[in-house]
Amino acid sequence: MKLKKAWLTAVAAATVWGAAGLGTAQAAEQYLGLPSYRVGPYAAGGTGVFGGWIDYMKLINEREGGVNGVKLVWQECETEYNNARGVECYERLKKQGDQQNVLFAPVSTGITFGVFERVPQDKIPLLSIGIGRSDTADGRVFPWVFPMIATYWSQASAIVGYLGQREGGMDKLKGKKIAVLYLDFAPGKEPFPVLDRLAQKWGFTTEKIAVAMPGNEQQAQWLQIRQMRPDYVILLTYGVSNPTALKTAARTGFPAERIVGWWWSGAEEDVVPAGDAAKGFVAGAFNPAGTDFAVIQDIQKLVYAKGQGDMQDPKRVGSTYYNRGVGHGIIYVEALRLAQEKFGKGKPVTGEQMRWALENLKLDEKRLEAIGAKGLMPALALSCADHEGSGRVRFQQWDGTKWVSVSDWIEPDRKLVRSLVEESAAAYAKEKGITPRDCSKEQ
Amino acid sequence: MGFFLEVLIGGLLAGMLYALVALGFVLIFKASGVLNFAQGAMVFFAALTFVGLTERLPAWLGLSPEWAGLFWIALLLTAVVMVLLAWLVERFMLRKLVNQPAITLFMATIGLSYLIEGVAQGMWGAVVRGLDLGIADEPVMGLLERYNLMISKFDLVAATVAGVLVAVLALFFQYTKVGRALRAVADDHQAALSIGIPLQRIWVIVWAVAGFVAIVAGLVWGSRNGVQFALTYTALKALPVLILGGLTSVPGAIVGGLIIGASEKLAEVYLGPFVGGGIDSWFPYVLALVFLLIRPEGLFGEKHIDRV
Repeated sequence: MKLKKAWLTAVAAATVWGAAGLGTAQAAEQYLGLPSYRVGPYAAGGTGVFGGWIDYMKLINEREGGVNGVKLVWQECETEYNNARGVECYERLKKQGDQQNVLFAPVSTGITFGVFERVPQDKIPLLSIGIGRSDTADGRVFPWVFPMIATYWSQASAIVGYLGQREGGMDKLKGKKIAVLYLDFAPGKEPFPVLDRLAQKWGFTTEKIAVAMPGNEQQAQWLQIRQMRPDYVILLTYGVSNPTALKTAARTGFPAERIVGWWWSGAEEDVVPAGDAAKGFVAGAFNPAGTDFAVIQDIQKLVYAKGQGDMQDPKRVGSTYYNRGVGHGIIYVEALRLAQEKFGKGKPVTGEQMRWALENLKLDEKRLEAIGAKGLMPALALSCADHEGSGRVRFQQWDGTKWVSVSDWIEPDRKLVRSLVEESAAAYAKEKGITPRDCSKEQ
Repeated sequence: MGFFLEVLIGGLLAGMLYALVALGFVLIFKASGVLNFAQGAMVFFAALTFVGLTERLPAWLGLSPEWAGLFWIALLLTAVVMVLLAWLVERFMLRKLVNQPAITLFMATIGLSYLIEGVAQGMWGAVVRGLDLGIADEPVMGLLERYNLMISKFDLVAATVAGVLVAVLALFFQYTKVGRALRAVADDHQAALSIGIPLQRIWVIVWAVAGFVAIVAGLVWGSRNGVQFALTYTALKALPVLILGGLTSVPGAIVGGLIIGASEKLAEVYLGPFVGGGIDSWFPYVLALVFLLIRPEGLFGEKHIDRV
């Protein structure tokens, strides 16, 4: 009898110890659901961005053993950049074991729209760096959405600012004619309100020309541009429509130097297929390309040298899309650090804690330098009211083999952009019956 | 007038490129009575295989990447791969579906398109590649100086290639034994088998020829816009061409291509501004729909008569 009792005690103790051990093992991991797109029409962007993000997490695990000892783990779900699949992935990635997803970043405006109204219910912050609705920068109305670094509106303003710099002053834009060639999808039209107001403010005119999806044939549009004889063309295209635009521009005699694209036309994949036609083309960027950054070199040393890199082609490390992914990784990890500081070091955080951290994230130049990312992204300072945190954009020019920076970080017209953001967010709040948060009461 | 001509000629030349893709559809439809949904994927697969081979062959065979013969070796090997694909399609898909309704075959080609797209990216990666065929994509200076017309040299060459290909295929279908067998198979699988036509061999031949057409289309479109997944979308440009020209007519593909190319460009320039622009994606379909109402079999399609 005594023996039986002893056995039972031992088994019970082992079970409790085992469970505790398992609990500790689980507690030491932070789960992240990644809705990546590695096949399909935009796979080049997806493999780059999500590859960079994963490599940065691998670096943190390898170099620091995770964030304060909490190992970073992730699960991918293939969206193919398809809205329906993206929403399906959102649902599928919501939970893994007993851990909830703490951040959803589809890197797709369409998917962002698809899950936009689900995230507050599920308490999962939606990260939309360089994509999505610009008015979500108003954190009072959209507490769960973070269109960080720069929205389409800030970008549009920065493009006009860059053109002003090129002309020698904003007042020199007066009387200029700018053609806006846009891909006929939601993001392509998003910058219009800002461009229209800036045109009014500075006295230039815009002529908007649509390119139907997917944009692999643009002869008619560029012949119209040729007839119009604009001073500049602002290019708001994506995927195959980028090289097609540049090639057709060359064919119709429009110089690439006078075409300025947004950041979705500023990757190597957008210009390499266009060959010589892309030489001189300028595009916006919230993260420059290159391997000179300390963080990229660390990834090469500590991840790729050990054969653990995520990129099928290691030569793509340091490309525009890749560095954009590293930027996503930095924001995620820095927000995790901040959340742990506030809610308890060495423990995984929840979606709500992550939301708080994102809203209070400050990445100044000093911190960026410390993590080896100075110049890789602009300094960030978010708040309850401002979920964008920067709005600055820099411009780079394709020299035929690589992107070369041709500007410093350019500020958007903050007053104008912010007034539009608040106006649009207030209209949304009214339509949906949302009472905006009082940020003075937020901690 | 000069601008109108520029748009019109540009459209006609673009139409020849659409016809190039439409040809692949016509070939397979003629031989098996099925609309091959995977034709766009085949264009992508062919171009990606060609570029992938040009990248890897130098390392595999110790050749210089600059060597001119590399192009021809890669082209030959791509053709071999397309023949292999044709054989695999016949062996594992078509053979099982002999005498099944056309809709069953059509559904099978939908599945095939996903398979080919996935295999292509799995084999060669998802990176967008440039492709330089050495044909300058710049205006013909003589036309520019004399008439102020911007007509691309590349478009002229591509249109000529498409024209030659169509002529060769039209002759092949009309005057060769294999061509006649292809038409018989398209009419009735079982009847063709009963008179001794080797159905399986015919299918491999026609899918292989469609594969060669896909190589040409892939190289031309890939050189224009880069070798990337979007090459699968070229099929979207070919569909209205098929409706217009008729699914069974090789010359119809060319005439349909010319009409679609010219009308979509003219519509974009002259009607587009009134409806917000970007209409060249749907306008050809509207045009094709109108044609369908008037002539359901297309301009050159075979009239289908049933005994009641």
